[in-house]
Amino acid sequence: MSDLTKLTIAEALDGLKKKEFSAVELTQAYIKEMENKRRLNAYVLETPEIALAQARVSDEKYANGTNGALEGIPLGIKDLFCTKDIRTTACSHILDGFEPQYESTVTSKLLNAGASVLGKLNMDEFAMGGSNETSYYGPVVNPWSKDKDLVAGGSSGGSAAAVAAGMCAGATGTDTGGSIRQPSAFCGVTGIKPTYGRCSRYGIIAFASSLDQAGPIAKDVRDCALLLKTMSGYDAKDSTSAKAEVPDFEKFLGQDIKGLRIGVPAEYRPEGLNEEIAAYWDKGIEILKARGAEIVNISLPHTKYALATYYIVAPAEASSNLARYDGLRFGLRVPGEHLDNMYINSRTEGFGKEVKRRIMIGTYVLSAGYYDAYYLKAQKVRRLIRQDFLNAFEKCDVILTPTAPTAAFPIGDKSMAENPINMWLNDVFTVSVNLAGLPAMSLPIGLSKEGLPLGLQLIGKAFDEATIFKAADALEADVKFMEKK
Amino acid sequence: MSGMIIETAKGKWEIVCGLEIHCQIISKSKMFSGASTHYGSDANENVSFVDAGMPGMLPTLNEHCVYQAVKTGLGLNAQINKYSEFSRKNYFYADLPQGYQITQFKFPIVGEGAISIDLSDGTTKDIRIERMHIEQDAGKSIHDMAPDKSFIDLNRAGVGLMEIVTKPDFRSPEEAGAFLRKLRSIVRYLGTCDGNMDEGSMRCDVNVSVRPLGSDELRTRCEMKNVNSVKFVMQAIENEAKRHIEVYESGGTIAQETRQFDPSTGQTKVMRKKEFAHDYRYFPEPDLLPLVLDDAYIERVKKDMVELPDAKKARFVNELGLTAYDAMIICENRETADFFEKAAKGHDAKKVANWLMGDFFAMLNEKKVELKDSPVSAENLGKLVELVTSNVINGKTAKDVFAIMAETGGDPEKIVEEKGLKQVTDSGAIEAVIDEVIASSPENVAAYKAGKTALMGWFVGQVMKASKGKANPGMVNQLLKSKLG
Repeated sequence: MSDLTKLTIAEALDGLKKKEFSAVELTQAYIKEMENKRRLNAYVLETPEIALAQARVSDEKYANGTNGALEGIPLGIKDLFCTKDIRTTACSHILDGFEPQYESTVTSKLLNAGASVLGKLNMDEFAMGGSNETSYYGPVVNPWSKDKDLVAGGSSGGSAAAVAAGMCAGATGTDTGGSIRQPSAFCGVTGIKPTYGRCSRYGIIAFASSLDQAGPIAKDVRDCALLLKTMSGYDAKDSTSAKAEVPDFEKFLGQDIKGLRIGVPAEYRPEGLNEEIAAYWDKGIEILKARGAEIVNISLPHTKYALATYYIVAPAEASSNLARYDGLRFGLRVPGEHLDNMYINSRTEGFGKEVKRRIMIGTYVLSAGYYDAYYLKAQKVRRLIRQDFLNAFEKCDVILTPTAPTAAFPIGDKSMAENPINMWLNDVFTVSVNLAGLPAMSLPIGLSKEGLPLGLQLIGKAFDEATIFKAADALEADVKFMEKK
Repeated sequence: MSGMIIETAKGKWEIVCGLEIHCQIISKSKMFSGASTHYGSDANENVSFVDAGMPGMLPTLNEHCVYQAVKTGLGLNAQINKYSEFSRKNYFYADLPQGYQITQFKFPIVGEGAISIDLSDGTTKDIRIERMHIEQDAGKSIHDMAPDKSFIDLNRAGVGLMEIVTKPDFRSPEEAGAFLRKLRSIVRYLGTCDGNMDEGSMRCDVNVSVRPLGSDELRTRCEMKNVNSVKFVMQAIENEAKRHIEVYESGGTIAQETRQFDPSTGQTKVMRKKEFAHDYRYFPEPDLLPLVLDDAYIERVKKDMVELPDAKKARFVNELGLTAYDAMIICENRETADFFEKAAKGHDAKKVANWLMGDFFAMLNEKKVELKDSPVSAENLGKLVELVTSNVINGKTAKDVFAIMAETGGDPEKIVEEKGLKQVTDSGAIEAVIDEVIASSPENVAAYKAGKTALMGWFVGQVMKASKGKANPGMVNQLLKSKLG
């Protein structure tokens, strides 16, 4: 029965409905994979009993015909989502042993649709990182690693690796600057960050509130459509969630893309861009062209400021969002003689290096005398970046770019460990999308010479994930990545 | 001229003072969560996950607090800003669970306004309002329950506040006191804050500086936090001003600092020097959308406005003939004003006011009861006055009737009826009594006729006594005069 883990969610739902196998059997298959592949360190908490109990309920529901849209589908949940009575730590030491007494809106929607929880997935601490190496629980190993252990990307590294390795049928991720798309590209899976406001942030541990968005990571485009439909929707508990109607994304798969205008931004092909990645980008363009899409050259002139803008806005918000981890009410407390000492001791021991770095940057850019030069300026540039996209979308319907400038790199890479800027450069193609609040998907386009997956990114207009799905499905069909795997 | 001039051997000084008043908004639930605002609950009974700053929790704005703020803004004759924004004020403290206070910074909901204060010399003065914004309250730290521990009560954390900031328009403690009383009266009329300084639902920060009389400079000010009564505010201003003058006159300089007022000594002492001032790192709250109000909303709130003390006072003076002083006293408290209007309806309003401010208030004081528990109802007070004005009883009898009403809560008409207290207005009956008195005191009659006219009072007294107080005093006077010739 181990090939059950090879099924996509759509295929598994089909098999469950036809009673070819039970939800319990499907869940057991994933639990077995989860146990077999612990070396990848994709999960920080396994909850097989919970998953099996949910699967038994699902089997009853299939028997009496009350099955939900994702009934019996075992998922992995990024450790940033609060799950009621299930330890949630954001992979930080400072949240040691924290068991929320509430469920995030996104996970409760998935649970209500019948999905089950196999466990909590590894990630960069507080979602800050691009390689999953900042996790308190250690890095995730990319399932595509050959002789050397490679990173799975980040911050949703556990999610992408678990999906790629068949350790869950699909996973939740979050994306603040590329945290769904970059690990998806590194692990050869498909992930979408929807429009800001599409999914509720209620119950998701905040990193940078104006940029954070939840989304699915799955085996293919269809599964992303299935998961995203359930995850989306307005939530009164999140004032920034949108009252926009949620379309049935699956409906857009297989639609003709003839005449669809594909934007190709000049700024994403800088001097010295990795040749393989450039070649695959061209290949993607050719595929869409061959299907009758119109290729449009566009310009996003403020792209060069995106990374700097992002690394001001995100740490600023993070420095404030992370103030609540003070050792007082939950998680780690390291005592001190006075209140201030307790804060200092708890936060010194509880936060990792990258998190501290960002809190320091954020505190600096918001402080009196620097606010105007950094934070305020960054907000202005952010507006210009958003305007770039609005202008571009007058000429095209969807934008195609590479997802990341490189393939997965080795764990412990020196240049990145020594200079965090090198790590941050990984986000160069993804952060603009978050700053502009737009939806974007990463999907596999092929393998590098070393046999490592590379991804392309499709960026849509706000609340137009549908067009992304349409174009992505066409690309996926012709790339046939799953078959090559 | 209500300004206070402080004269020393070396010169004349003037006080420059501004106030910042925090008013707790009357609302069933907190400003950004559904937890109750009930005062007097057990510690930490009214705390939601949002109030406790739990990971992943998001604030959602309580619309009623906005309504109350707009209402208060209208009551301050102030500009209602159709666009306002929430910001985070970041600082660490044990009773601030999120590590930041959600407040308004650059864009407050209420802009400039003014309210008129009544001064003891009968004049009024306009005090300008700089702005009013809304924000959440912090919890309470309790340091005196154990020698080596502090306790935290989060019941107050997240309760909505309005912070009203005045221009530095106060020139004396009296003006500040009058302002606080007027402000308290306005918010109570509006039902937006209960204005109890002793319970902390209205708290005052006082900013004081001095300058040589005649100068228009603004010197360094000191701030005194949380002064919790009108009396203490007035004391704090006077003593702090004197301290400044002493420092200046002995050649020193005043340092900008936060000071604490000690009610037991009436003096202030340093709490925090400027160099230790917090850098609050304000930035726009990314979890909440900007607050946008339309004209229709503001109009709707306007429709709900009640008549405010100044308007009521003017009406009582112009339409009911009250003196400005009486009207001011009666209008300070909405319940008193309502009681008065009810009592005065259809009767001589000026006489009702005299009764209310005289015997009626004295009775409440003596019995130590609140207006709402008064044994004498407004209707009955009105009836009592009517009995006097229509000559059914005389003033002296009325006092006796009132005493009975205060004991029994009875209807004055019935009391007069039952006890047979109607005054005698039959001139024949009165004349008979007069004749008796004249006949029985020939010496006094002779003395009167010889020019000792002061004896008139004695004759009146004798006649009243003989009639058991029921004779109409006016008629007694008139008839006596004609008989004694």
